[in-house]
Amino acid sequence: MRDAFIETLTELAAQDPRVMLITGDLGYGVLGAFAERFPDQFLNAGVAEQNMTAIACGMALSGWRVYTYSIANFPTLRCLEQVRNDICYHDCDVTIVAVGGGFSYGQLGMSHFATEDLAIMRALPNMRVVAPTEKWEAQDLLRDLAQAKGPAYLRIDKDAGGMARRAGERATLGKARRVRDGADVTIIATGAILREALIAAERLSTQGVDCRIEAMHTIKPLDEAAILSAAAETGGVVTLEEHNRVGGLKGAVAETLLSAGARVGFFRSIALDDMFPTVVGDQLYLRARYGMDAAAVEATVLSALSSGLPLGRLAESA
Amino acid sequence: MHSARSADTAELARRIRLHVVRMVNRGKSSHVGSALSIADIVAVLYGAVLNVDPADPHKPDRDRFLLSKGHAGAAVYAALAETGFFDPSLLAQHYQNGSVFSGHVSHKGVPGVELSTGALGHGLNVATGMALAATRARETWRAFALLSDGECDEGSTWEAAMFAAHHRLDNLVAVIDYNKLQSLASVEETLALEPFADKWRAFGWSVAEVDGHDHAQLHAAFARLPFAAERPSVILAHTTKGKGVSFMENQVAWHYRTPLGSDFDTAIAELEAAHA
Repeated sequence: MRDAFIETLTELAAQDPRVMLITGDLGYGVLGAFAERFPDQFLNAGVAEQNMTAIACGMALSGWRVYTYSIANFPTLRCLEQVRNDICYHDCDVTIVAVGGGFSYGQLGMSHFATEDLAIMRALPNMRVVAPTEKWEAQDLLRDLAQAKGPAYLRIDKDAGGMARRAGERATLGKARRVRDGADVTIIATGAILREALIAAERLSTQGVDCRIEAMHTIKPLDEAAILSAAAETGGVVTLEEHNRVGGLKGAVAETLLSAGARVGFFRSIALDDMFPTVVGDQLYLRARYGMDAAAVEATVLSALSSGLPLGRLAESA
Repeated sequence: MHSARSADTAELARRIRLHVVRMVNRGKSSHVGSALSIADIVAVLYGAVLNVDPADPHKPDRDRFLLSKGHAGAAVYAALAETGFFDPSLLAQHYQNGSVFSGHVSHKGVPGVELSTGALGHGLNVATGMALAATRARETWRAFALLSDGECDEGSTWEAAMFAAHHRLDNLVAVIDYNKLQSLASVEETLALEPFADKWRAFGWSVAEVDGHDHAQLHAAFARLPFAAERPSVILAHTTKGKGVSFMENQVAWHYRTPLGSDFDTAIAELEAAHA
């Protein structure tokens, strides 16, 4: 996804001389070509994320369109007050790009796990929060963000996703993408962990369970209509995210359902328990280890459907 | 020539102080000492130095002034009102319910304020970004940030200091309100800054030290900007917290205390008499 991001940003920088990419001393081998081609539009701020973020604010207030770039928590949590007070309060045209969503840097340990970022960024007024589920989606959404202006958080996964673009398909900022249609359950996923839902849905289909899948690449603004449709038209809702179960996609979907008074057959969340993982491993390993992989999705759906709670269409047709 | 301008800006500073004391009294708010401390600096900047236009607060080639020590916002609101950015009667809204005139300076709805601050260690950094933006766009305006000495405890301040020198931003000016008192005790007792000028020099800045209440010295320093080509400039303005009101001067208590009753009357009387 990282290469897809820089490829699209290169297009944007070529079109607009006020596009600025600021890295916090990261991106060796990734940003080099951009830096060489656009020396006036590239800056390495050094290992100083507070300053990087405030610099971005100062440039944006002076008419530039700025992208800050770093790994996981550094351009967000390390400088959260600069993000809040400088970028968001002043409604600056700054997109914060965090490479390393979720367990992307799973071997590096807890400091490099971005597993609270969605909740924290979502809580900031004016901030859009985007976690693409596919590499090509990252490109569509980056173009949309460039059009939309204002503060944004773009969470890039190491995982490139699991499904190529289908003919005519496009990801649109703020609108969920229906990846698969189905009536028994809707799995709503954000980030590249969506691939686990795709695998689970295939397995579940052989057991007679018909899964709808919504790619909820934009957490804020949230596509509430897609969530309410899922509640009304399918047996229940399962959220899936590579993130703490507190305050991220689960929270956003639950708030939507409860606020609208929606009747939902069941509601389940697959996410990281409220904890810091202490073992390391690659992204796929950690998903499995912490109960967030396709097997977990499959088991959760089956258990929900047979739990005796009000059932959806599966029960009606039985 | 400096003396005539100094007389003008000294009178502007006196009026800013009167506004500040009235605003703090009416709002039962704090930070009067910090606002009085910078009245002369702000008066010289708005009265004589900054290329700003109250009729067009967003003109693209304006100098940017950021009050990094946002808690002294009353002094900037007063300076903006006195120089025509908005009607001085609006200052009565400071700290009042439903008002946009927050204690820490805010840009929302207040013409002429570039940046909302209040958390320390932000203003110099944003000003540095602005100076870089002007440099990269080959524009000639300057960015000024007014910092408190206590604010130099913040690591982010030194991130900006290092960055600005590395990028040779000679269109960037930091002014330090070096009144040597923090919230609870002196700077030296809290986190010593000395040798302060040497620290800035070591970071690659060109430094001037002035009496921050002497208008002739302030005018002269600002007239020399930048102090060196391809270096950011810092003015260490030696000041007295609470300057202009005898019983507030150099007293830690007046960081948070509100002048009420006879304290208020005495303060106003002293500032009015300063005119004579």
